[in-house]
Amino acid sequence: MNTANITSSTHPSAQNQEPGSSRLVISMAVAGFISGVIIIAIYMLTFDTIKENKARELREAVFRVLPDVSHMQKLHFVDNKMVVVKSDGMDDEMIFAGYDKDAKFIGYAIQGKAPGFQDTVHILYGYLSSNSNITGMAVLESRETPGLGDKIFKDMDFVSEFINLPMHKDIKAVKKGTKTQENEIDAITGATISSKIVVKIINQAFKKWSPRLPQQGSEPALELSEVKVVKES
Amino acid sequence: MDDLLWIFISTLLVNNFVLAYFLGLCPFLGVSGQLLTSFRLGLATTFVLIITALCAWVLNTYVLIHAPYLRLISFIVVIASTVQFIEMSIKKLSPSLFKSLGIFLPLITTNCAILGLAIFATNRGYGLVEGLVFALGAGAGFTLAMVLMAGIREETEIMDVPVLIRGTAFNLIIAGILSMAFMGFAGLFSST
Amino acid sequence: MATDVSAYEEMIKGLWRDNPVFVQVLGMCPMLAVTNSAINAVVMGLATFFVLVTSSFLVSSFKQWIPKQVRISLYVIIIATFVTVVDYSLLAMLPAIHKELGAFIPLIVANCMILGRQEAFASKHGVKYAVMDAVGMSAGFMIALFSLGAVREILGVGALFGVDLFSANFEPWVIMILPPGGFLTLGLLLLFFNWFTERRRQFLIKVADVDKIAVGVKDNG
Repeated sequence: MNTANITSSTHPSAQNQEPGSSRLVISMAVAGFISGVIIIAIYMLTFDTIKENKARELREAVFRVLPDVSHMQKLHFVDNKMVVVKSDGMDDEMIFAGYDKDAKFIGYAIQGKAPGFQDTVHILYGYLSSNSNITGMAVLESRETPGLGDKIFKDMDFVSEFINLPMHKDIKAVKKGTKTQENEIDAITGATISSKIVVKIINQAFKKWSPRLPQQGSEPALELSEVKVVKES
Repeated sequence: MDDLLWIFISTLLVNNFVLAYFLGLCPFLGVSGQLLTSFRLGLATTFVLIITALCAWVLNTYVLIHAPYLRLISFIVVIASTVQFIEMSIKKLSPSLFKSLGIFLPLITTNCAILGLAIFATNRGYGLVEGLVFALGAGAGFTLAMVLMAGIREETEIMDVPVLIRGTAFNLIIAGILSMAFMGFAGLFSST
Repeated sequence: MATDVSAYEEMIKGLWRDNPVFVQVLGMCPMLAVTNSAINAVVMGLATFFVLVTSSFLVSSFKQWIPKQVRISLYVIIIATFVTVVDYSLLAMLPAIHKELGAFIPLIVANCMILGRQEAFASKHGVKYAVMDAVGMSAGFMIALFSLGAVREILGVGALFGVDLFSANFEPWVIMILPPGGFLTLGLLLLFFNWFTERRRQFLIKVADVDKIAVGVKDNG
């Protein structure tokens, strides 16, 4: 609408030959209104599908990083404790808790993000508080360079390094083939930067979440009404 | 502070808007014939990018949080009209400045670097200060690429290049080599 | 009959003679940014196709009611609306592709080819011609996108549409899917296009010369 005002105000005296400013404003308003209607219509039409896609993707990632899990629920960190949330929303202060088919607690799926080489890299990793092991890693979102940086989720050798990775101290990415310590990860050749970002995100998320997790044995019980989805067999 | 410096360096060199993201290619290939013009266009673009970052931040914080689907259309309309408004004010206030920079302003609004900046800043969730530093880095990177390109093109004017190659094809190949050189800056990425 | 021929002509010109990329050098930004694989290039081409054809249709249908002073703003609003439609539809239907093309779908708005066609053609011609022109131009754009995407994916990954083409011994030229590869490939493709056009022109001149000589001989005789 601003454009209409500006454009029309530059032609204040030309009302005889050229259309008056009111006509310009009206045509802009009509166009704006119609485009608004179309945009809102497509937004409403696709809203459910998009939400469902995102939820499914997240669910699949949780099941991928936490083995043998058949139920999950979302936990939110508020007032210094973890509470179960029912809402659909998802933000940085939420993690997932996974349970086996007898509703026994297994572990957490924790998310973390950091600026990558090109855009934000958003990952999820499974964590067992019983033995401080990382059970798996999945990339939720990344726009790392195709062919190089995107190996952080396409290179299965790299992804599988995060299965049963002990997390007693910070993990470290080292040049491929030079791994000697338990807490070292072989970086991907040609994608050292992106490999290091993944490692950095896990270290940061680990620091942020370990003091927050409830004591072992006092994890929130699975509230059966909250079961999101049973893993498709 | 470290983060801000990194945003600046990264957009200036490692993820240069022109040479790594292909944003703002039209002026890069079209107007880069002369060194001085390129430099001025670069400055004017930096200015518009900063205005864009401001607009994008205001829109993101106050409007789009309620209506994310209006993102694209409101970015375009608001940025274009703000730039047009500034162009008119410069014309009134300082005709000499308008002559050297202002004439580029309407051209720049249709440059995809402008929209790209707004969208990237939103995607990465930048705040006001981060957004402004991002815009400054992008503008400086654009100016750097423009000036380098113009310098090389001025040199090649007097070279004996086959007629068939002259023109866009030649400029693209120069751009490819520049882009390759800039990829070396990826090594700046700290190793933590 | 005559109108059909010229409508066909409007469509066919975008494919080669007035190809938006190879000849007019427009729409470079999406052209280079998303062509690191053939499938991305095809989806980007389809999205541009949809936006250009629908915008041209609307602009040419309503051209009498569009005041001259605000026409550019109106075109931009129309284009931005359809781009938003494409963006949300892709997000709902092909989330995996949307993830890769991500930030570049909104940038279709800034593709000067689309705005250029509205200003130069759709606003001056009837609906039928405008749509034909839009179909031709976007098809030409798609051809360019695809040839660039295919070359870059074949050389840079050793695959086409994700299907491996070579044996494991093939060492991919990773540079081709990185930004420099985009510039270099497009530069070389343009060069090839120029060379081809030049050869054709010289061939036509030669043919014309032969004709002239033939005519001249006749005259003298």
